[in-house]
Amino acid sequence: MKKLFLSFVIVGLVAAACGDDNDDGDAIDFRGDPSGTTVRLVTHDSFSISDAVWEAFTAETGVTVELLSSGDAGEMVSQAILTKDAPVADVMFGIDNTFLQRGLDNDIFVPYESPNLDGVFDNLKLDDNNRVTPISFGDVCVNYWIDALPTGTAAPSTLEDLTDERFAGQFVVQSPETSSPGLAFLLATITGTDDWEQYWADLVANDVSVTAGWEDAYYGEFTAGGGERSIVVSYASSPPAEVIFADPPVDTAPTGVLLDSCFRQIEFAGVLAGTENAAGAAALIDFMLTNTYQEDVPLTMFVFPASQSATLPPEFVEHAEVAANPQIIDPAEIEANRDAWVDRWVEIVLS
Amino acid sequence: MRARKNIGGLDALMLIPAVFIGLFFLFPVGTVVGRGLAGDGLDAVIDLARSQRQRDVLRFTFWQAVVSTVLTVVIALPAAATVAGLSSRARRVVRSIVTVPFVLPTVVVAGAFDELFLATGLDAGAVRLRHTVWAILIAHVFFNYAVVVRVVGTAWVGLDCRQAEAARVLGATRWQAWKEVTLPRLRPAIASASAIVFLFSFTSFGVVLILGGPRRATLETEIYRYAVSRTDLTTAAALAVVQLTTVLGLVAISTWLERRRPATTRVARRTRTLGSRAGRRVNGLVAIALLGGPLAVLVERSFSTGTGYDLSHYEALGTRVRQLPAPATTALWNSLQHAVMATAIALVIGVLASVVVVHGRSSLRRFFDLGLTLPLGTSAVTVGFGILIALDEPPIDFRTRWWIIPVAHALVGVPFVVRTMVPLLRSIDPSIREAAAVLGASPSRVRREIDLAIGARGALVGGGFAFAVSLGEFGATSFLPRRPDDLTAPVALFRLLSTPGDLLRGQAMALAVVLMVLVAVSVFVIESSRGTTEGAL
Repeated sequence: MKKLFLSFVIVGLVAAACGDDNDDGDAIDFRGDPSGTTVRLVTHDSFSISDAVWEAFTAETGVTVELLSSGDAGEMVSQAILTKDAPVADVMFGIDNTFLQRGLDNDIFVPYESPNLDGVFDNLKLDDNNRVTPISFGDVCVNYWIDALPTGTAAPSTLEDLTDERFAGQFVVQSPETSSPGLAFLLATITGTDDWEQYWADLVANDVSVTAGWEDAYYGEFTAGGGERSIVVSYASSPPAEVIFADPPVDTAPTGVLLDSCFRQIEFAGVLAGTENAAGAAALIDFMLTNTYQEDVPLTMFVFPASQSATLPPEFVEHAEVAANPQIIDPAEIEANRDAWVDRWVEIVLS
Repeated sequence: MRARKNIGGLDALMLIPAVFIGLFFLFPVGTVVGRGLAGDGLDAVIDLARSQRQRDVLRFTFWQAVVSTVLTVVIALPAAATVAGLSSRARRVVRSIVTVPFVLPTVVVAGAFDELFLATGLDAGAVRLRHTVWAILIAHVFFNYAVVVRVVGTAWVGLDCRQAEAARVLGATRWQAWKEVTLPRLRPAIASASAIVFLFSFTSFGVVLILGGPRRATLETEIYRYAVSRTDLTTAAALAVVQLTTVLGLVAISTWLERRRPATTRVARRTRTLGSRAGRRVNGLVAIALLGGPLAVLVERSFSTGTGYDLSHYEALGTRVRQLPAPATTALWNSLQHAVMATAIALVIGVLASVVVVHGRSSLRRFFDLGLTLPLGTSAVTVGFGILIALDEPPIDFRTRWWIIPVAHALVGVPFVVRTMVPLLRSIDPSIREAAAVLGASPSRVRREIDLAIGARGALVGGGFAFAVSLGEFGATSFLPRRPDDLTAPVALFRLLSTPGDLLRGQAMALAVVLMVLVAVSVFVIESSRGTTEGAL
């Protein structure tokens, strides 16, 4: 038993020592030919990409991808922090700007600067040290069911409109404690209104409804699932999905987006500290920024490509709008205030 | 002493369940709790006890679990009696059908309940069920109905009805005969079933969040909140300690109740139909309204398309949509394979453990009895995160092995096998065993021909649960990394529901209905596979 304990201590010390090396940023060598190796990619549960895209990657680089999915983005990041001494994968994809700082603070990534980074929209690059690389983004926005809005009222066009009497009892949101779009919308109101605490008090006075997750809001209370509320927090890409998966087929989306309410969620990929295949990991991140990969993400994950040169599918061009001035908050500020903001929100809205 | 002498080679056999529970449950949970409390030690637990919010959470968790358990037992007990009175084939059919709700994902059931509340005007107004504690209680009865019907119903079939008949002849009323003769002998099974229902309600997550609404919090949702939303492992571990201690205490009480006054059983040839015809009818109506309502909503939705009703959502299950890494039919096949493996593991571990619990050395008995029930009352986060950080170094780096998924399912399945089998084994009249021994049967033959023959009934009913548990993806597996190749039906269902669009939603409903049929048929097949128990099931 004593021996066992001693070996734990030694392993711990060695691990701590290695950790210091990683902080210097030059311990990992991304060069070399990864051909013939396997690279492990851990993602959130909503990840999906066409088989043809992975076949193209293997054909180009000789590297095989082994996929693992690990719950939603929050669960994935928590798991990565817990397992940072023995990571389950080489690359993580799907950490977003609301969780980014938590991952960075816990040193789960090593810096890697992809040569393809030049083609990425500049406003998506949030880490100067390149510990993470932006791959895609999506906007969390208020959606409304056009035909179900109270008769005679125009669609809401500002966040403040939602506190107006004419939309009383029409709006359903998700709790930021348990839902990622719920948290994003809370953040949108924090930057997008003059006094977010008063704003939520007004929403409560206007009979806002709160659910635990996106599914029970969208399919439970929103018009889409037969519910009685016509306004919901969802995504900018929800209208194209409503067209593509409509039954019977439709020409125009039944839902509209309140562009003033959009919070931008940027999804990043990063090489996990402790990777056993640095060259393969680098090749994978480079590949995720090529058009082959980037042009597949809109229709598989309903998000927008981070690369400027990627072409959007016609369904997105026609039915999706990208907010010109989305709400955005620095990841460090989010991490520093999240718990306090959420606690305050609980006080205002739930009690 | 006698029991111990009769059981040869038991010590070697019990190593298997001991290693299983030690490696896949105690070690991971110990590791994660240890890591969480490493800094502050027990101070974190004391802080919790001082916090008013956490005291309220504990009180509510406890209260809703007690009420859910009492309600479920009261509502399902008459059904257990009715089931016991049916012919053996009809019994298996009913027992398979009541298992269906058990396997359904909460998000789907919650949707069906919401629609029912909306249709009946119970979503708002004077009598409002939506986002109330009532919605939680109703859903817990819905999910756990099968536990009482199956566990108690199985024990009831084994009861010799001659004593109750004798009481009636001697002038006792039907109620008196039931209360004085039948009930005491059902007590072990009722205690067993109650323990399971209590633990499920105690650790219920989706029901509380979705049907109870975001204002309700239980220990389980709090552990999730601290471990995942806040990455505050210390508080999460302290909460896990509170959860484990409570569960341990309750399981100890329930096993004590279960052991008290073990009534003896011979294998009954026939159980008399119980209750009046009118009573049975009321019973049937309750079951149909409670279980049938939400299920009917799902079936209706699965056939409903934009232009009427047809099979198109079912046909779509065979084609891969872009949101899924494989077609839904592949996911069903994967789920079926996982469930078969999880059931096999649960049966092997559960049967061995049950024999130890009933006949083993007394210190070991307690350990197995408590240890193997514990996973049922432990947060999925605790077990999942525990496996992630404890089984992470070669030679036991099991985190991403495909078989860790069915193993984690089996952790939840084993208690079902144990809790259905142990009351039956305890109820075996020692004189039967003694008679066999006197007539020259070897100890192993006694075990095979008597204990296993009678226990098999319970084992198969428990096995049916283990199958349903795996098909419904209970437990820790959502906190383990998964390969897309091993996509299972519940995971596919969540993914279909997470992108807007009627086609995807219709397909999700069709998948839920196929899952329902699959569980009913499978449980029927499992329970029909009787060997030496011909006629007893």
